Amino acid sequence: MENFTPWASLVGGLLIGLASATLMVTRGKIAGVSGIAAKVLSRPAQAGWRVWFMVGLVGGGALMGFVLPSQFAFTLDRSIIALIAGGLLVGFGTQLGSGCTSGHGICGLSRLSKRSFAAVGVFMATAAATVAVVHAALGGAI
Amino acid sequence: MLKSEQAIAALVGLIFAAGLAIGGMTMPSKVVGFFDFHEGLSSWDPSLALVMGGGVAVYLPAYLWIRKRGRPLLSPVLEEPKKSAIDGRLLLGAVVFGLGWGLVGFCPGPALASVGAGSWQAVIVVAAMTGGFWLFRWFDGSKA
Repeated sequence: MENFTPWASLVGGLLIGLASATLMVTRGKIAGVSGIAAKVLSRPAQAGWRVWFMVGLVGGGALMGFVLPSQFAFTLDRSIIALIAGGLLVGFGTQLGSGCTSGHGICGLSRLSKRSFAAVGVFMATAAATVAVVHAALGGAI
Repeated sequence: MLKSEQAIAALVGLIFAAGLAIGGMTMPSKVVGFFDFHEGLSSWDPSLALVMGGGVAVYLPAYLWIRKRGRPLLSPVLEEPKKSAIDGRLLLGAVVFGLGWGLVGFCPGPALASVGAGSWQAVIVVAAMTGGFWLFRWFDGSKA
């Protein structure tokens, strides 16, 4: 557990929770990034407030890139094909499964949604199996 | 759309990005580390659990408050997902998403924030993710 960052990760989680809770408390919307992003990237004219969320998310990333650049390091050994395959799977899977780590993970679990418990359990187990295969069969690089 | 609605949405996105970065979720190696037991506990990084836990710790009580209150502060309706049953689409979608997430260590939020920070790998992942969104719309539309 040499890379474990308990305090930074807890603070990060509290901020994510604060952001998501703010959206729900004020506007009654679910901060599910896959759903928000899909609407903005598919039908931006009809996406409304979601466009502004994305502006904040990407802009916030730019700001954090200046303030904490080391937090954006990409050190996995991944080919461009793997990046494309992974992106396609994330895009398709989040739509089919009605959510991702924010929508199901934060918002869904907090609502005690059984759909979200199922989704989180399945995508975490699948991610773990994928990581195991990449290590065992491919030596950690793909 | 009111200017205040735009501002709230943008601020929420910004704080979300800050949380992702501080929490380490914009580092794919850290995300993959949460699923990495190839060297037992020494390769495992539990950080993601604390990010998730921290998020729920704030969201859950806020949600209970608004549920009890009956409506959000500035809008008439608390939006809830329509489906309640666990179905094949949910489970298959979760498998497909888990495959992609385990493969590249990015889910949508961190990928988008990382595009802002200038990561070229994130740009490729987001472009492909957008392709995945479009592929799904085509696939789902033809199922009607």
